Amino acid sequence: MNIITFPLQLIAIAFLIFAFSRVWLRAREGTIGKGMFLFWILVWFLVLIAVVRPELTTQLARKMGIGRGVDVVLYVSIVTLFYLNFRSNVLIENLRHEITKLTRIIALSKK
Amino acid sequence: MGKLLVIIPAFNEALVIGKTIRGVRKSLKDAEILVVNDGSSDATGIEAEKAGAIVVSHPINRGLGGALGTGLYWAKERDIDCAITFDADGQHDSEDIIKVSEPVLNGNADVVIGTRTKFGWSEIPLDRKIVLTLSNWLTWWLFGITTTDSTSGLRAFNRKAIEKIQIKTDQMEVSNEFFFEIKRCGLRLEEVPIKVLYTEYSRSKGQKNSNAFSVGVKLLLRLFR
Repeated sequence: MNIITFPLQLIAIAFLIFAFSRVWLRAREGTIGKGMFLFWILVWFLVLIAVVRPELTTQLARKMGIGRGVDVVLYVSIVTLFYLNFRSNVLIENLRHEITKLTRIIALSKK
Repeated sequence: MGKLLVIIPAFNEALVIGKTIRGVRKSLKDAEILVVNDGSSDATGIEAEKAGAIVVSHPINRGLGGALGTGLYWAKERDIDCAITFDADGQHDSEDIIKVSEPVLNGNADVVIGTRTKFGWSEIPLDRKIVLTLSNWLTWWLFGITTTDSTSGLRAFNRKAIEKIQIKTDQMEVSNEFFFEIKRCGLRLEEVPIKVLYTEYSRSKGQKNSNAFSVGVKLLLRLFR
């Protein structure tokens, strides 16, 4: 056990439990299909392997010719930016829909 | 027969809307016809009223999903028993309305989709075939529903579906979103073969092939809203 990385691993695992639970709940309520369910389970499973056995990513990096393993700060930054961009897009879509609802109310009030 | 409503979303369709409404009226004499004039800058609303439709006008353009959402909201508020969506651009044969509404009126289905691929797959241009195939696959992958025409504009909904379906997308992706809602609400789906009448005009008004990627991204976002 590495005393420096262990707390980070615990935080990452807590996040992954949350992520798995979201996928499971979505599948149970029927809002995602089997294909989508398997896709997200696979993605989070791969992340779980990388968190629990980080040396495997280093071995993979060496095999791919990257050499120095995972540059954590850079990779986490990229993932965070992707996530923030994703949330922004969801927010924009929600705002667009609010405008549509307002448009509908105005249109129907004139009938 | 219960109360029927034909919903026609229209954006700058002044040239053809009158003909489309008269065609629908010929096939369904007792139905209400509602045109959702989606912020048109031409005389779509005036032409639709002249042809005898009820017209609800959005002050600004919100897209196909926004217009269909308004039509279904109207149906919900007015205790409509069967709502049928019909494209304004003249690509549907109005005779097909009866075929599409029958399973709903007989109580055999909650939602019926008029599928253009069972009769007229050869009529569909190659580029549209590719987009439609990808769209059908995307619908299966995202929502787990198999369909032969995920972008059809001719659909029928019974009262249960009108009450339960909640449209959240505003543009072309609404066609795929209906399948998401069918799955979420546990509605019974049936497909009925319909004819397709592709004209230069209807092709220029329909979904652009270049929109396909945008539709895919918005559908993905829809899952997380």
